[in-house]
Amino acid sequence: MLNYTIRRLLLAIPTLLFIALVIFLLLELAPGDPMANVPLTVPPEVKEKMRIALGLDQPTHIRFLKWLQQFFWVEPLHMIDALFGTQWGEGMQRIISWQSRSPVMDIIWQRMPQTLWVVGLSYVLGALIAVPVGVISAYRQYSFIDQLGTFISMIGFSVPTFFTGVLMIVIFSVWLGWFPSIYDTTLVVHDWETFVKQLKQMIMPVSVLALYNAAQISRFMRASMLDNLNQDYVRTARAKGLKEKTVVLVHVLRNSMIPVVTVIALGVPQVFGGAIITEQVFKVNGLGQLLITAIQANDLPMVQTLTFIFAILIVLFNLIADILYGVLDPRIRYD
Amino acid sequence: MPDGGLFVLDVKDLKTVFLTRAGEVHAVNRVSFQVRPGELLGVVGESGSGKSVTMMSLIGLLPMPPAEVRGGRALFDGRDLLAMEPEELRQIRGARVGFIFQDPMTSLNPVFTVGFQLMEPLRTHMGMDKRAARRRAAELLELVGISDADRRLDDYPHQFSGGMRQRVMIAMALACDPEVLIADEPTTALDVTIQAQILELVKELRQKLGMAIIWITHDLGVIAGIADRVMVMYAGQVVEEAPVKGLFTNPQHPYTRALLQTVPSVRGKRAEHLRVIPGQPPVLGAEPRACPFAPRCDHALARCRRENPPRIPLGDGHDVACFWDPATGGERDV
Repeated sequence: MLNYTIRRLLLAIPTLLFIALVIFLLLELAPGDPMANVPLTVPPEVKEKMRIALGLDQPTHIRFLKWLQQFFWVEPLHMIDALFGTQWGEGMQRIISWQSRSPVMDIIWQRMPQTLWVVGLSYVLGALIAVPVGVISAYRQYSFIDQLGTFISMIGFSVPTFFTGVLMIVIFSVWLGWFPSIYDTTLVVHDWETFVKQLKQMIMPVSVLALYNAAQISRFMRASMLDNLNQDYVRTARAKGLKEKTVVLVHVLRNSMIPVVTVIALGVPQVFGGAIITEQVFKVNGLGQLLITAIQANDLPMVQTLTFIFAILIVLFNLIADILYGVLDPRIRYD
Repeated sequence: MPDGGLFVLDVKDLKTVFLTRAGEVHAVNRVSFQVRPGELLGVVGESGSGKSVTMMSLIGLLPMPPAEVRGGRALFDGRDLLAMEPEELRQIRGARVGFIFQDPMTSLNPVFTVGFQLMEPLRTHMGMDKRAARRRAAELLELVGISDADRRLDDYPHQFSGGMRQRVMIAMALACDPEVLIADEPTTALDVTIQAQILELVKELRQKLGMAIIWITHDLGVIAGIADRVMVMYAGQVVEEAPVKGLFTNPQHPYTRALLQTVPSVRGKRAEHLRVIPGQPPVLGAEPRACPFAPRCDHALARCRRENPPRIPLGDGHDVACFWDPATGGERDV
């Protein structure tokens, strides 16, 4: 297993370098000018100087290598400096956002908590709801509970989050006035009152996303349970006189979880990617929103870095899913 | 062993129906049979003749719905299995009635070790703690002829061959010393050589442990080798029942006779062609009012199409559900 993991990690390096190149070239080829937002009153020769200051006069391959060096060398050094108070990265040029002129990674670290809290919590919540719903739906197939579960997950599936989000805002913020419609990022939780406030502003975005996630995962869970409930080993377990609870929650569930855990693991990178639309609707300034505004402002270093981080996470969680598969299913061995 | 009664299992007029979208299917119709302690009863029939469904109905292993046990009684140790609460039945399953199934490749849970699965019935029914259960599990593996038992307990089913897995299944079924072992085509999915080994093992275990065995199969050759008594089933009913010798030397029912002719013989003259029974067994949408075999029968009489023959005792524990008498070639005197 360790050998396999190391081999996969080594294989990931060329994959990621290639992805980085593709992203870079795509952004390079995309139309748009980082100086487009600069007021017309700024004379062209000043603009040219700004361009040079941003390194835009360099040829493409130099800029790509520069970015690689900054991402893989300078930024980790800065991170170590920030953590341990060393000064290894002193004086080295970090990846700078063209839009805000501040280091890209600092902004990402600032935005990360909002995304993790809202999107991450909704993912965890979604999975926690989905597993029991899927189990019950499958065990009581075609019962009222199953029909209800199917109905709700169809809604979660088919109604987009920008609709459910706005609908919730209209109902709970506008009509009832229970929750704020805008997520206040500056809120610091330090006592009970601010905790309640934080809870209130999280409820709507979290539940919109949790519904969506639960809908998907519960369908998987149900299908997987149904597959396993008809297996011969279930009959054997019953023939042994095991309690029905043991049969379903030990024998069947353990087998059914194998594909579901994989699906859940593969979905984690999306959490970091942020739910772009939901973050927009509720004005949560997380990573998704950061990416959107960066794209609109032609902030290439920001877009490049964020997209690449998502790529790393996707590759990483693919590996984690594969390893989990091997851990959960004894028939699979990576030797 | 159950005390008092002559039979360890006494089934009368069992009727099981499946409720499907296309209507009812009468899978088991008025099946009666008895099993004595220590006896091996062979149950023979084509696929779909209701052999497995009969046994599964007794012990609550059929999914209900769609299955429904409509009638009959099944006395086990003086109590009616069909009238029991599911919880009572569960305590009998695996403890006093053991099961072996057809396909050992799929009958074990792939994600748990063999030891875990063997220990489950011990811990559920005998209240053993982990260590005692493990010790007993190792004993059981040894009993069914798996060497290095203690180490093999930590292996997963996929690390065993088909024959070895069936041995594990047998060990599991015998874990709590059952009075009855129901073996549902346990050798069908195995190679011939492995089949022979498993048969030997069962014979040996039967002598050692003395439980009654109900052996379901469509293989008459297997039955000839191990059974004490044989029950032939067709279309959800018992068409003939006899001591094994009587059945093979003096088959009465045209279906049994036809079945015997479909088996190639190793000894004696080789037949030119193996006989085939033409047609398909019927799917019964209602309880049959005529003999269900009549459409495929070479000897069907007019009465066979009007009336479903009852089981006619012929003496020596032999009975047959047929109006045709092979001795005279005419109608039986009933």
